[in-house]
Amino acid sequence: MSVNTLDATSEGKNIKRRRRVLVAKLGLDGHDRGAKVVARALRDAGFEVIYLGVHQAPEDVVEAAIEEDVGVVGVSILSGSHMELVSDLLKLMREKGLNVPVVVGGIIPPDDAKELKKMGVFEVLGPGTPLRKVVEVYEKALEVNN
Amino acid sequence: MTDLEKIRERMKEWSKEVLEPVLKKFPERKAKFLTEEGFEVRRVYTPLDTEGVGWEYLEKLGFPGDYPFTRGVYPTMYRGRPWTIRQYAGFGSAEDTNARYRYLLSIGQTGLSMAFDLPTQLGLDPDHKLAWYEVGKVGVSMPSVKEMDLVFNGIPMDKVSTSMTINATAIEVLSMYVAVAESRGIDKSILRGTVQNDILKEYIARNNYIYPPQPSMRYATDLIIYAAQNMPKWNSISISGYHFEEAGATPAMEIAFTLADAIEYVKYVLERGVMDVDKFAPRLSFFFAARTNLFEQVAKFRAARRMWAKIMKERFGAKSRRSMMLRFHTQTAGVLLTAQQPLVNLIRTTIQALAAVLGGTQSLHVNSYDEALSLPTEESVKLSVRVQQVLLYESGVIDTVDPLGGAYYIEWLTDQIEEKAWKIIDEIEKLGGMVRAIEVGYPQREIAKAAYEWQLKVEKGEIPFIGINMFVEEEEPKIKVLKVDPEVRERVVSRLRKLREERDPIKVRDALDKVRRVAEGEGNLFPPILEAVKVKATLGEISGVLRDVWGEWRAPEVY
Repeated sequence: MSVNTLDATSEGKNIKRRRRVLVAKLGLDGHDRGAKVVARALRDAGFEVIYLGVHQAPEDVVEAAIEEDVGVVGVSILSGSHMELVSDLLKLMREKGLNVPVVVGGIIPPDDAKELKKMGVFEVLGPGTPLRKVVEVYEKALEVNN
Repeated sequence: MTDLEKIRERMKEWSKEVLEPVLKKFPERKAKFLTEEGFEVRRVYTPLDTEGVGWEYLEKLGFPGDYPFTRGVYPTMYRGRPWTIRQYAGFGSAEDTNARYRYLLSIGQTGLSMAFDLPTQLGLDPDHKLAWYEVGKVGVSMPSVKEMDLVFNGIPMDKVSTSMTINATAIEVLSMYVAVAESRGIDKSILRGTVQNDILKEYIARNNYIYPPQPSMRYATDLIIYAAQNMPKWNSISISGYHFEEAGATPAMEIAFTLADAIEYVKYVLERGVMDVDKFAPRLSFFFAARTNLFEQVAKFRAARRMWAKIMKERFGAKSRRSMMLRFHTQTAGVLLTAQQPLVNLIRTTIQALAAVLGGTQSLHVNSYDEALSLPTEESVKLSVRVQQVLLYESGVIDTVDPLGGAYYIEWLTDQIEEKAWKIIDEIEKLGGMVRAIEVGYPQREIAKAAYEWQLKVEKGEIPFIGINMFVEEEEPKIKVLKVDPEVRERVVSRLRKLREERDPIKVRDALDKVRRVAEGEGNLFPPILEAVKVKATLGEISGVLRDVWGEWRAPEVY
């Protein structure tokens, strides 16, 4: 695991993009404690975090991800609507040619987590995941992407 | 030598003769023992500790049912009437929810608590583009009076008390309840229940707001005033600390932010100049979380009660005892549920529920052990009800009022939390009150910071968490989870379309125009919204009018 922002910024845009990630609350769910804690942990680990906040539609997330040129898209859903929301998010990303790993966090039953990964989600992080694991997953996602 | 001096003398001797030899041989496990709030816990508490903080029985504790209500709001507490067993429930369609309510009542639940889906909470009809994903997921879909009628099919609305977790669309949803009751010949004046109607905590922590803070405060106070005039048995607001705790607040923050919100609501109602404080304050109610850290939680509830009594009496000049009583609902802390080894959650929630009961709660929801994975199943929710029944019928903790009252440690903790909470309230007052504090992001920032610090402590193992940082097991939990039927959406939407076709469009248009005129002016919004609901205007239509007049709130994102 390499966590080194100084090197990242000195090596120009390509690397900079690699360390830039998006965190959003996808759908209407307002439970943002997890998303905020993750955003802060990623920031403290040297990522540049674009935090979109609550009430984001799949369209909002894709638009922001393209505009901000992020290397990973992280979405958090605790309302039980993860299957359809994430499915639409992935579909829209494909349509727009946005090929970056998607990390899903929230209240996700184990069977749904497996299904989401089959659909192409990079990783699903449930309650109780240690922050170092979260950081590791985002690091790995960036590696895959580059 | 006074008694206290004798105790002090004897303590010195004990320390030298008894304690020190033991400490030499068996040092304590930690250099410092801290509560969740961060108070350093002493080895043992004696009368010296309570004397040290100026403890005086009549001033600080008194008797239950009497000022300052530290020991409880009623003189007989659970000896007279048990707390209400009230599990928060609702999902899918009106039919699914009706079946769950009947089930809960059949296993001994004594009050209902309605959960609404996110579109309902955010004023969107289920056929709205953004609503589509969320219909029936975290609660029942409630776009019209028709759905409310189906939810209460066969449930006696004149007998049961119903709590509704609804805020930004509280008037619309309560109007549906009133309309259904009236259609069954039940007058609204006899309805019993609670509507959450606490918009301020939505901006701080829960995020289900629609309009900007100022018009939202007018909306909330309209409901409080209308209920005080027309629904004397209805709690017109449930001022909530639960969501602060869930978002990361410490116990002192939880009660301080809640009481600061409460102060703001009282100020706003009084500013309308239509009623005396003792007319509406008796129907203000509260909602807190219960965590596993037992004694500190009990102290938190006791401190909150004492502080509210003082605020109402001294600051707002309330005369009625009922205005000074902090009556509250408790829910066990959802954030302390683990997806890992989920059955362990049953043990946690039992301790949390005990904290609520020892703290004098008026009603209680115990989370189900599977809720870190999904909505609860019938089996898991039954165990939540049984936890409450074991406490109520088997444990004997209810036989006397405030059984922990007078314990040196509890009284010391109660004083500590109270002192810290007053300091936080002072900070908010300095900022100009809670609405202003929210606009500058103060409580949001404090909570986000506390959440992050808590997480770091868990990761370092400073906060023990079974299954997370100790006694970790690798295998995945295999438990049955509840899935909401995707057919629900079609059912709800087709019923809504039928309703739109069958109603009288002229009446709907006129009713919505009336809502608009009142929203633009200064009258009370409840009567025109109730009228609109009765002529079958939908939640999304009414809320849409208010959106149009007031605009929407975009929150500053703080993390």
